[in-house]
Amino acid sequence: MVSIPAHGPAGERAYLDHAATTVMRPAAREAFLSASGLPGNPSSVHTSGRRARAVLDDGLEEIAALLGAKRSWLVMTSGGTEADNIAIRSLAQGAHAADPWRTAVAVTATDHPAVRSTAEAIHTDPSPLTARLLPVDHRGLLIPEQVEEALADGAVSVVSTALVNNETGAVQSLPDLAAAARPHGTWVHTDAVQAVGHVELPAWDHIDLMSLTGHKIGAPVGIGVLVAKPEVPLATASTGGGQQRGIRSGTLDAPLTAALAAALRETISHREAENHRLRGLAQQLREGIARLDPTARFTLAEDAPQSGHIVHVVFPGADSDSLLFLLDERGVDSAAGSACSAGVTQASPVLAAMGITDQEARGALRLSLGWTSTERDVEILLRALPDALEKARAVGSLTR
Amino acid sequence: MKVLAAMSGGVDSAVAAARAAEAGHEVVGVHMALSKSRDQTRTGSRGCCTVEDASDARRAAEKIGIPYYVWDLSDDFHDLVVEDFLSEYAAGRTPNPCVRCNERIKFASLLERATALGFDAVCTGHYASIRADGPGGEPSLHRSRNMAKDQSYVLAVMGPEAVGRSLFPLGEFETKEEVRAEARARRLGVSTKPDSYDICFVADGDTRGFLERKLGEKPGAIVDADGTTLGEHRGTHGFTIGQRKGLGLQQPAADGAPRYVVDIDPASRQVVVGAAELLSTRELIATDLITFEELAPGRAISAQIRAHGEATPGTVLEVDGGGTGSVLRVGLDTPIRGVAPGQTVVLYDGDRVMAAATLERRA
Repeated sequence: MVSIPAHGPAGERAYLDHAATTVMRPAAREAFLSASGLPGNPSSVHTSGRRARAVLDDGLEEIAALLGAKRSWLVMTSGGTEADNIAIRSLAQGAHAADPWRTAVAVTATDHPAVRSTAEAIHTDPSPLTARLLPVDHRGLLIPEQVEEALADGAVSVVSTALVNNETGAVQSLPDLAAAARPHGTWVHTDAVQAVGHVELPAWDHIDLMSLTGHKIGAPVGIGVLVAKPEVPLATASTGGGQQRGIRSGTLDAPLTAALAAALRETISHREAENHRLRGLAQQLREGIARLDPTARFTLAEDAPQSGHIVHVVFPGADSDSLLFLLDERGVDSAAGSACSAGVTQASPVLAAMGITDQEARGALRLSLGWTSTERDVEILLRALPDALEKARAVGSLTR
Repeated sequence: MKVLAAMSGGVDSAVAAARAAEAGHEVVGVHMALSKSRDQTRTGSRGCCTVEDASDARRAAEKIGIPYYVWDLSDDFHDLVVEDFLSEYAAGRTPNPCVRCNERIKFASLLERATALGFDAVCTGHYASIRADGPGGEPSLHRSRNMAKDQSYVLAVMGPEAVGRSLFPLGEFETKEEVRAEARARRLGVSTKPDSYDICFVADGDTRGFLERKLGEKPGAIVDADGTTLGEHRGTHGFTIGQRKGLGLQQPAADGAPRYVVDIDPASRQVVVGAAELLSTRELIATDLITFEELAPGRAISAQIRAHGEATPGTVLEVDGGGTGSVLRVGLDTPIRGVAPGQTVVLYDGDRVMAAATLERRA
């Protein structure tokens, strides 16, 4: 056994990184445990298989209902990244096969790497498919004229934007994107991984595909879903036994699906009250931080469209790596930006797209709230911040 | 003490961190990312800081039970070590990048950062010992008990102040096998990793190729001491003083004796070769002196000019001040060969480090 010490004051910690992964909901754990006792592959025709299938179908039905979709629209995946990959790549391929003129995808400059890197890969692979990057303004929002220009020639098969940005919490307007896309016959995809539970989910009039993942809403890691209308021409993503419309073969996981359904049920039914509560905590964070450090710059203005569960702030002159370390040492789990697999914090393309320079972004901190967050978390952060900030600035001043 | 353990992902630094934690220090493991674009996996003993190394370091930290972070020091490393390496070679000198890394990264950038973050000391897996034998009982730097592994030579540039804020738990190990055995006993997962050799940022081990890619081809002549052209070369940066192999000369010397590089002049792009006697010297001139104690003319010392070389007895002839630009002149009891400008000379009193400086052209 490996022992990882919680090296905070008296062991009390504030978990302020729910946007990375949130705490598993007991309902999801119970749903998983109860379903995991059953033998049987849901595709088998015997009694055990049918029982497993029934658990799976219950879960799928509930997920579909909660999302305003039909059961047949769901393509269960290993998570948000795979859902985004299928949405962009399989649709680009499928749409191009159906109409050779559809040679492009358009994604947002601030999109998650699951979307952006997939678009880049499509662009650079030997196929005729290309990618277009949609710029954003200083609030992180799509610029209507630029969207119009990118879609004007009708070559774009799918346009994608994250409903809620994973670093800043900025909320895009999907009705506006739909209005721009529809006249050109362009499918609309949204990565709603960060949105579920924090903003109202988009109407299916405005989108055609939506990605989400379990571990951001209190289900286990390892389950996600791409919801895609049946008319969307998705090419096969993985070949095999032909499960899930033949788009994504592989045995379906009844316990994980049941856990996702349970987590989604709680998340969606509590959304309004919970969002109100988290906005209140976010406001306390903002006010507290502004009081402790009047030079702190919030990446999104208070009146900018945002999810309410993320507070993204830049502390001029501070070194982010050091700030994370110091806050961790003082009992706060937080994030700087997107960490690559090696754990090196990279300059954030999200902030760069919003016009924030690498130099400014050095002092970035992302605090994200979730269903277990309380005022105590805010207090722990505000208590730890002054000393951590002073030392992180001392390190920042060493850097040439 | 609050201790920052630099963890490369290798066996030495893992055991050092474990020892520091066991000694009761509050230890935090830090892996320094020294390159922005890192290979995913390690494919041999060469190269360093792959993603695999970072995860080996993390795993060792998990086993020890200490927090672990990756810090990006790649900008400092590029500017202060890699660029220095290139410009030194371009100037016809012979730099030791491991010395520069210790001087400017591990016991400068990293130590400064650590201090600013509230750490009392930095712990590494170097083979050297710290005792309290300096002037007035100050911390002093010594050779490790394992002479074959001793790294006091590459550490001497850290200077006395940094020694007081460093821990080298491996200094007391007799053999590398003992270190590996301890890693195995502690289940650190790195006990069988091969030792690293060569220059970490030259991943394929081809230093000459690396220099040529970075510095370009600058052809010139290989001449003898009289200025007679003996051959051509593709760049003075491909040569080191004292080098014998790879000169590519067709005609043997008149007396049949082997020829060595005895001088390099990047300005005229000339590489001068000559007999071994031309390489011998009984006097060393060095600058950028770093002292661990007051040095005065007449002081008996032994001088080492290579990481894996013997120290030669001698005497301090002249010393001026101690800071950047100060000049040190050392007389040697017996002549030595292969003195190249840019190399580090370290002065010892027995096994204790007295000073470090950078060699200039021979007198």
